[in-house]
Amino acid sequence: MTDRRDFLSGAWDSVPTLPANIPFGFVAGVAAVQAGFSDIQAVAMSALIFGGASQLAAIELLEKGSPLVIVVLTAVVVNLRYVMYSAAIAPYFREFRTNWRLFATQFILDTTFAIAVTEYERDPDTDRLAYWLGVSAPVYLSYVLGTAAGVVVGDAVPDGLQLDFAIPLLFLALLAPSITDEATGIAAAVGGFVAVAAAGLPMNVGIVVAALFGIAAGTLADVAEVGV
Amino acid sequence: MRLWLVVVAAALGTYALRVSFVTLFGRVEEIPPRVKRVLAFVPPAVLAALVLPELLLYGDGLSVSLSNDRLVAGLVAAAVAWKTEDMLATVVVGMLALYALSLVP
Repeated sequence: MTDRRDFLSGAWDSVPTLPANIPFGFVAGVAAVQAGFSDIQAVAMSALIFGGASQLAAIELLEKGSPLVIVVLTAVVVNLRYVMYSAAIAPYFREFRTNWRLFATQFILDTTFAIAVTEYERDPDTDRLAYWLGVSAPVYLSYVLGTAAGVVVGDAVPDGLQLDFAIPLLFLALLAPSITDEATGIAAAVGGFVAVAAAGLPMNVGIVVAALFGIAAGTLADVAEVGV
Repeated sequence: MRLWLVVVAAALGTYALRVSFVTLFGRVEEIPPRVKRVLAFVPPAVLAALVLPELLLYGDGLSVSLSNDRLVAGLVAAAVAWKTEDMLATVVVGMLALYALSLVP
């Protein structure tokens, strides 16, 4: 079932993503502990949600005292993009046995998706499951271990280091490649400015509202451009 | 307890998103192109909504000026992000820019 060589080649291909992946986990661990998560909760958060941007957004809202429904809703909205990856990778996962398929999807991320689809297109003979697990294992483990390291250091991180600023910087690094044309640029501009304008809204619904405005603006710009 | 609730609920919600089309596939052959296009607007809209308030609203209220260290450092990091699309380089340069600016009186 699993082909050892394809597993190892997947693991090898994931290596370039690790230098950014580990600090992402680390920041998520530090932020969670500083927000009052227990050690186990902080590590479980990374292991179960496995989506840095959504975790950091959720932690921030918790610190502001938002209702839990808004916290969870925001985390899910931030992760909406995984639907896109789920759709794109579905044809390749089709050959897996059901249990493996359900297991494999937990590791869908921007990076794992991009690496795997590139390989699947390049070489149709790759054992897809072995390769997928090979890519996912180092990414997942390094992220969770990075979180554990962040938990250990936790409150010992001096405030003077302003490590909280790493969070918007990580988002920025994800944002840049997502803007590919005029319409996605409009989605970003509207999402960003509505979020600033809506920052005072009750219960911190600002991010969800801003995201919806941004998506709507991008869609409208698209329709206007194509002239449908 | 409420933190566990957040972790588990967000994890289940996120898993549902990941598994969505992988499970539907077969019943739904192809994600409609229009849906795909709308989904493509999710990352830019969401990520910009997360970033911009952090840069403009740090401390007390809106600050759009060169005296806002986080805005300036963020702009420097944005330039790096666009040029390199490298996550680590973006974070390192942005943090160093913030430290450098904090030394400026």
